[in-house]
Amino acid sequence: MTTDDPIHTLSEAVNQAMDIAMAEDPDVFALGEDIEDPIGGVMKGTKGLSTKYGRERVRNTPISEQAIVGAAIGASLVGMRPIAEVMLMDFFAVAMDQVANHAAKLRYMSGGRTNVPITIRTSVGGGRQFGAQHSQSLEAWMMHIPGLKVAVPSTPHDAKGLLYSCIFDDDPCIFMETMSLLFTRGPVPPGRFEIPLGVADVKRAGDDVTVVTWGWQVPEALAAAETLADEGISVEVVDLRTLVPLDRDAILRSVEKTTRAVVVHAATQFAGPGAEIASLVGHELFGRLSAPVERLGAAYSPVPYAAELESLHYPERKRIAAAIRAMA
Amino acid sequence: MTVSTTQPVGSGGATDGLTDDAALRIFRTVTTIRSTEDRIIRGLSSGELRMTYYTVRGQEVIPAAICEHLRRDDYMVTTYRGMHDCIAKGIPLDELVAEMCGKVTGTSKGKGGPMHLSDPQSGLMVTTGVVGGGLPIAVGLALSSKLRGTDQVTVVNFGDGATSIGATHEACNLAALWEVPVVFVCQNNQYGEHTKFADYTRSPSLAERFRGYGMEARTVDGNSVPAMHEAAAEAIGRARSGSGPVFLECLTYRLGGHSFGATTEYMDPEELSQAEANEPVGRYRRWLVDQRGIGEDVLADIEASVVSNVEAAVGAAKASPPPGPDELLTDVFSNVEALPR
Repeated sequence: MTTDDPIHTLSEAVNQAMDIAMAEDPDVFALGEDIEDPIGGVMKGTKGLSTKYGRERVRNTPISEQAIVGAAIGASLVGMRPIAEVMLMDFFAVAMDQVANHAAKLRYMSGGRTNVPITIRTSVGGGRQFGAQHSQSLEAWMMHIPGLKVAVPSTPHDAKGLLYSCIFDDDPCIFMETMSLLFTRGPVPPGRFEIPLGVADVKRAGDDVTVVTWGWQVPEALAAAETLADEGISVEVVDLRTLVPLDRDAILRSVEKTTRAVVVHAATQFAGPGAEIASLVGHELFGRLSAPVERLGAAYSPVPYAAELESLHYPERKRIAAAIRAMA
Repeated sequence: MTVSTTQPVGSGGATDGLTDDAALRIFRTVTTIRSTEDRIIRGLSSGELRMTYYTVRGQEVIPAAICEHLRRDDYMVTTYRGMHDCIAKGIPLDELVAEMCGKVTGTSKGKGGPMHLSDPQSGLMVTTGVVGGGLPIAVGLALSSKLRGTDQVTVVNFGDGATSIGATHEACNLAALWEVPVVFVCQNNQYGEHTKFADYTRSPSLAERFRGYGMEARTVDGNSVPAMHEAAAEAIGRARSGSGPVFLECLTYRLGGHSFGATTEYMDPEELSQAEANEPVGRYRRWLVDQRGIGEDVLADIEASVVSNVEAAVGAAKASPPPGPDELLTDVFSNVEALPR
């Protein structure tokens, strides 16, 4: 991608989206553990914001994930647009009553008379030897609860545009910030801009095989595509960017062209998002596929600590390339 | 820890501030709650109505007294045993009953049900079916008032059973830390579902335990109108003036099983019959006549008008259709395009 836009990390892009949203709308505020300066969030997402907007609007909380998410829900019910930070996605397990039973359902249970326009930002580990409780990619869990929208950016550009859209969306949005991508750099348009939720992006065009993926598997898939290009295999990489809403048309458009698809994700493969997408493709393009849809997800194990085992746990570029090679 | 059901109402408590008008408004509210419950139980018993129902019998006074001090734009959160709170906060009776019956004219078009009553126009923001789940949300509602610089107060109701779950403690700690205008109303009805208070905690006093979070906390006879009226005035006034949260332990007694049709065999029959003999609506009625000199005819008129309102609400609910099939996938998201296909 060639652009004149300034280069920023994904973390800086996230920060810009929040900064712009808070400047535009006094109802936007942030809450979470250690998000005030000088820490500015353990992943630096809110760096500088409490200094700029004050500690009323960028507020530290105790280590209380249920209270963080619940307080965000309460304020949102009367029209505020809170950005809650749950430090690591694994900690959703302790906040899940608020996420699944309240945030996701209050619009429906009230017959549309209330709604929950919150954004929950969360860091997703993986590939960094953080062990089984700091490394899970739990998007399938979120997708399975009707009422939640789920965004997983893979570039600084997408992170800024998607987060801005999440903050001003009228439904609860889970915004997953992949730790291994947080400090990768890329062009980011200055000022306000949004990427609509539910619109995938073709990160690399190709003719032979489609890789459907998101988050930190996008650069892995792109690396695999680069390798395979040298072997004469043309790979198209579709970055879904949001899982709910799911851009079904983008998936089908690409696979209709290539007739082969691999779904790659860091979530557990068994009962993972790949199963839903494989089912969609198999059903809609039955008889037009040149190969069964392949899935590559995380192994059915807690995330192991030892680097040698952890590298076997998640899909990575070599195994993605091998899977594509086998079907091309 | 027992409720002072045998003491005269208002013993030792000030009745200052409870005007005849307020006293009669409270009487109308508790009578509406009782009458609605009686009518629902009758309908459930005969098969005329069908719903899940959690009795509020014995707890009517608490929200009736509290809501005397709340404005329409103050917020309230309650639990599945919360029909009394919803009526007191002002959810229109027709919409409330229709919702409980799963009808399209209900507060949530019949999609929420008795455990999920809400009506933002009345300030009743959430009814949760998860014990303790409402407290963190109430902290957020109260935070919104603080951030926006309004003087709105949030009241969150919950049973004593909710004092054993984590969300409650996270919420109370956060509310005290942030000094948000919330009143935690613990309706201590002596039972967490089917377990007696003394069988699930060694705490002698909940007010004592929650005072440890650094907030004002007190115990009040939740079955006494003057005592509740006075305690609510103080707590809500404190929150409204910006002095932070208050925890009110309102002692009461659940005059029935956990839910309609559930057994009461774990309840002490003698204690239950004594509590029934001193049940708060009848007790309040006697007090109005004996201590306040309110005429029997005045109360009878109120009761007759309430019964007729309740009957009209039930009739309207029965006549209302259920939500249509198009409602199934409506209100999942703000935009239908977001629904997976």
